[in-house]
Amino acid sequence: MAWQDQIFDLLLQHEVTQIAYVPDAGHKILIDRSLADARVHSVALTTEEEGVALLAGADLGGARGVLLMQSSGVGNCINMLSLIKGGGFPFLTLVSMRGDFGEANAWQYPMGQATAPVLEAMGVICLRADTPAEAVATVSAALTMAFRARRAVAVLFTQKLLGAKHF
Amino acid sequence: MAKGSAGREIGSAVAPKFLLDRREALPELLGRHEDFLIVAGLSGASRDIAALTRNGPHAYIMLGAMGGACMIGLGLALARPDRSVLVVTGDGELLMNVSALATIAVMNPPNLAIVCIDNGHYGETGYQKSHTSLGTDLATIASGAGIKLIRSIEQQADIAAGASLIREANATVFVLLRVKPTEPAADQRVLDPALGRLRFRAALMGE
Repeated sequence: MAWQDQIFDLLLQHEVTQIAYVPDAGHKILIDRSLADARVHSVALTTEEEGVALLAGADLGGARGVLLMQSSGVGNCINMLSLIKGGGFPFLTLVSMRGDFGEANAWQYPMGQATAPVLEAMGVICLRADTPAEAVATVSAALTMAFRARRAVAVLFTQKLLGAKHF
Repeated sequence: MAKGSAGREIGSAVAPKFLLDRREALPELLGRHEDFLIVAGLSGASRDIAALTRNGPHAYIMLGAMGGACMIGLGLALARPDRSVLVVTGDGELLMNVSALATIAVMNPPNLAIVCIDNGHYGETGYQKSHTSLGTDLATIASGAGIKLIRSIEQQADIAAGASLIREANATVFVLLRVKPTEPAADQRVLDPALGRLRFRAALMGE
């Protein structure tokens, strides 16, 4: 079983019912599993900040959601994260990193390198995963942090884990 | 009349199709507001809803996170298919993330209705003209986004049909309520977003 499949199963075990994303190669397995599974709402976004607001709405209704995005999309979320921080909402995002290890596309570096500083500036705890085993363990920890301790948490799947895209 | 850049008119009179008074039209459109879980976008809409509901816990009143109201409504509607969810927001707030209408149209929850109070201006920042009094039509955008049930209301006679639509629909509804750029209800809003979340959840889920 791929580590992404283990993570999808973890999300369901923790009663996640809304999975939001702007389509991204790094999250392909999670996205495809969400589309195929009637137990979750698979929400394709036009921009990542929509997912931040969506997850707050889910929480208002007593439901749990996760935002899947690439590091470039983090930049689109900054002001909307003030809703999470000010409102005290639980928040979990899984971020596929670009521009952090072996990246060939220079366009990805500014936001890739700014991902953690920007998230932390908006009160989101950043955890990194460099290996498949770390990824599964970190998402498990993050689910507890977000939904039991009501924190805002980001799990960064680094390029050591995902591999750098070929250009 | 002076022309600004890109041919915009400055200081023109109120366009004739913005006729209704929001303080009368919105309550008539909504009817029994207690039937809905409401998300109110910042600025005028949140003032109107705070006054109408007397800061009721079934309304999540926003004073920030501009552009987020419709998507909060979607998340709530998907979480609670047993309840009717109503987003009430202004043209400026909706325009900031207008592509959310595409996201919402694709999901098409039958229990979600969006009411946009369109006064053609940015009310909280000095009544600068918004795009909707300069040629942009949010109902057309909603239709193009894929929303199936849409109504534009400009006259009192049209309100009743809108009131039915937000209650009886089996698909996501978008109602554009065009109003004069006059003052919303007097400001009674509670400023704390965390308090708003706790009150809303406590009323809905008893926690």
